Formats: sequence, structure tokens, C-alpha cells
Amino acid sequence: MENMISINNLDFSYNEEDKGVKVIDNLNISVKKGEFLVILGHNGSGKSTLAKLINGLLTPTSGDILVENMNTKNPEEIWNIREKAGMVFQNPDNQLVATIVEEDVAFGPENLGVPSEEIRKRVDKALELVEMSKYKKHAPHLLSGGQKQRIAIAGILAMEPDCIIFDEPTAMLDPTGRNEVMKTIETLNKKEEKTIVLITHFMDEAVKADRVIVMEKGRIVLEGTPREVFSQVDTIKSLGLDVPQVTELAHELIKEGYDIRPDILTIEELVDAI
Amino acid sequence: MIKDITIGQYFPGNSFVHELDARIKILISFLFIITLFFIDSFVPYLFVLGFILLVVKVSDVPIKFIVKGLKPLMYIIVFTFFINVFLTPGTVLFQFGFLKVTEEGLYQAIFMALRLVFLVAGTSILTLTTSPISLTDGIEKLLSPFRKIGVPAHELAMMMTIALRFIPTLLEETDKIMKAQMARGADFESGNIINRGKALVPLLVPLFINAFRRAEELAIAMEARCYRGGDNRTRLNELKIDKKDIVTLVLVIGFFGIIIAMRYI
Repeated sequence: MENMISINNLDFSYNEEDKGVKVIDNLNISVKKGEFLVILGHNGSGKSTLAKLINGLLTPTSGDILVENMNTKNPEEIWNIREKAGMVFQNPDNQLVATIVEEDVAFGPENLGVPSEEIRKRVDKALELVEMSKYKKHAPHLLSGGQKQRIAIAGILAMEPDCIIFDEPTAMLDPTGRNEVMKTIETLNKKEEKTIVLITHFMDEAVKADRVIVMEKGRIVLEGTPREVFSQVDTIKSLGLDVPQVTELAHELIKEGYDIRPDILTIEELVDAI
Repeated sequence: MIKDITIGQYFPGNSFVHELDARIKILISFLFIITLFFIDSFVPYLFVLGFILLVVKVSDVPIKFIVKGLKPLMYIIVFTFFINVFLTPGTVLFQFGFLKVTEEGLYQAIFMALRLVFLVAGTSILTLTTSPISLTDGIEKLLSPFRKIGVPAHELAMMMTIALRFIPTLLEETDKIMKAQMARGADFESGNIINRGKALVPLLVPLFINAFRRAEELAIAMEARCYRGGDNRTRLNELKIDKKDIVTLVLVIGFFGIIIAMRYI
């Protein structure tokens, strides 16, 4: 299958003079079309920087990032890259621009110069997808965090990207909001066939992914399907990260001498195994 | 509590006044202000009053909303009234100590107070019947011919939109910081003016820092959504001027013309 994003020998440091502190250190990742990739890592692992690099908000110190074969270093293609690879940020409040929900969703396509009737269609469709149609005339500040974040997602969807990068989209939400947003992300991947790159530090969110990458100090330390990655409980723990609760419970049980598979991810699987 | 303050107090509806193009409404408000300053006697004021009442009737905005809009300006109106009463020279009607009330002063005071009342009432109809979005759009479109001489029309409109969007968010945040500081023993409600001013410092510092952080994040988010200034931008709801807008504008200009002409007859 064709690559949506290819990252080749990527290096990045914020400070030009101080080349020693690399935020991203010789990274190679390729994301296939339609893939649901989760990037895990705790604070300072370089995962948010990576998101900004993919979107062309930062440019690589060395190496290349290709989004649908467009290089983020090429200033002429930067707007096409941002149109193809949309980005949703952590704080929903700080990414909504307009005072009315539908006007905000329209902001992206308006910037792209899409004609009015087409914008109307895209806005309605995007709001439909995130199940926020009935709030289209509301003021964003009266909505809950999860609702605001879904509006932000709709705002990106209205630009009709092939790929959406989520930079810790649930970090500031309550559990209800987190579930709403995760459900939306899954729908987008399964039904709309959008490529998803989800950056997070919540392990439970990684369970549904096609592939998980664990980052530490700008490097990949673990890579594989959620099952492969989370079965290495001790490695993950040594990186200061947690595994999903159920997996940890299974791991503890194995240590106590029970005979269960080490790659359990959901409650149902554990119940079956026991 | 602080969240309930509404700014840009839009009164949603679909009356004839609501449906008028924002640009036409802005132009009419502008002409209305100019006309007011041409008036020099009481008779034309009756016409102005009639005009305001008619527009309010057609717009379905309850009159109490207009009155509410006048309240914050009451002090200014009362202040100008007394300045005019006491400081206009002329035939003395009565005198308290050094304060003289003159016939001309009284006339001038009533005249000025009415002018201010009409000014605020007339222009508040604009904000009451136009949504903030169409208002900023209208301003952008009206200013765009002046872009050639360096008026940043789109940028001004964008700033207004963002300001309107963030006012409630920042008010909410002020409320939150205030409560957090009160929980640690800050006192915002007692002491003299200087002490109260000092008490505001721990409120303003975090508020400003947060506002700058928000601005930074918003800028990045806007850039990620392909925002690159006003060129080649389209709109979800394009403003459209049709026949009823033109007819209204012509009729209103005619009416204002008559009022101005009364000055010279």
C-alpha cells in the first residue's frame, strides 16, 4: 500500500547553535494510507514536536518528511500539506476561531478559497460526522470540552484531509469527553478511511490502533501492534509509561504463576482467559 | 456570575431589520450619527424619535433592550447635562452660590442629553439586530476599498471576531483565577482604592500570561488550518445586497436629507 507519510532520517533540535540536544533523533517512520497509528511517549519524548513537523509548522533540522510525496521543507507545498494532513491540538478552547459553531467549522475551507455552496455542504457533512449537527448555531464557549474538541475535529474534516494528526486531543477532557472524542476518531478511521496519527500518553487509547510506536528521547524504542507492544510490560514500565490496566493485571497474574496469554488488551479477553 | 455579561448583545430574530445586509445597516447607522450632529432645533428630533421607534417596532426588539443599553451611559449623559446647565453663559434664571443656571444652558443641556440618548439608542439597534459575524464581515467589506491606502480591513475584522470569541473565555478564566486566589486568602472586596488595586495584581498577572499563551496556540492552530490572511478567502455566508437593501438605503438617505435640510430652511 502507498505511504501517506514517510519520515526519513529525521533530526530536529529547537536551538540552532545547540545541536547536541536533539528533540528528534534519526527517526524513520512510514505511515500507510488508512492506517491508525498511535505514538506513545511521556512528556519530553518529542512526540508533540513530531506532530508539528509533519504538519509543516516546524521544519526538520535534517532529514525529510514527505506527506503524500510533498516535502514539508518546500514552502510552495506547505499549504497543500496542511490541507491533506489536518491537525487537532490539545486545548479545544485555543483552536476555535469564530463565535458560532458552523462559522468555525467553515474557517478551514474559507481559507482554502472553497466556494460558498461547497463550504455549506462540507460544514454540514463534517458536523454530521462528529454528531454535532444540532449545535451548529451555538456559541462554542457554551459547549463542553468533548463537544468543543469534536467541533475542532469537524473544522479539520471540512478541509477534507486524507490524514489527521491528533496531538493529545483528550489530555484536557473529562472521561466522558475523552470517550466521545475517541469514538469519533475511530469512526473517522473505520468509516471515512482517514489515516490517523494519534499522539497520546493514555495507554487505553492505543489499544484500538493498527500499530503503536513508543518514543523516548526522540527515538523509537518499541514498535508493533498493540498486542506486541503491551506484552512487553517490563520494558514499558522502565520507560515510565503504563500499560492498560487489564494488561497489567494479566501480567501480575502470570507472575503469580497463572497460565494466561501475556498479550491481553481488553476486559473480555481476560475474562475468557481466566 | 461574571460569565453572564453579554457583549455585542445580539438579539436573534428574522425581522426585516435583521435581514437587511450588514453593510447597509452600518452605513445607515453612520449616516444617522452624521444627521444627528446636523440637527440644531427640537422639531427634527421628533422625526429622529419617530424613526427610532419605527425601526424598533419593525425589528421586534423589545424596547427594554434599548433602555438597558442606555443604562451604562447614564452617568455620561447626566454629567454632560450638568456641565451644560452650569457652564453655558447667558441670561441667568437662578443662582446657587457660584453655580448659575442660564436659560441657554438649560436649553443646551436638554438638547445635548437628547442627542446622546438618540445616538446610543440608534446605534444599539445595529448591534442588536446584526450578528457579530455579519457585523465584522460588513466592516471588512466596507473598509476593503481603503486597503489600497493601507487600511488593514481583513486584519481588523479578524481581530474583532477573535476578540468576540475570546471575551467569554477570558471572563470565565478571570472568574476561575479570582476564586483560586480567594481560596488562598486574597481579598478583592475590601480596603481602599489603592489596596484593591494592589489586590488585582495576582489576578492580572496570571490572566495576561494565559492570554498570551492562548494567543500563541491559537496562531499555530490557525496556521494549521491554512489561514494565510484575507486574500482569496471565501465565506460560508457571503453578504448579498438585493433590491430591498437598496430601496431601504435610498429611502433612509432621503429621510435623513429632509432632517438635515430643516436646519437651513
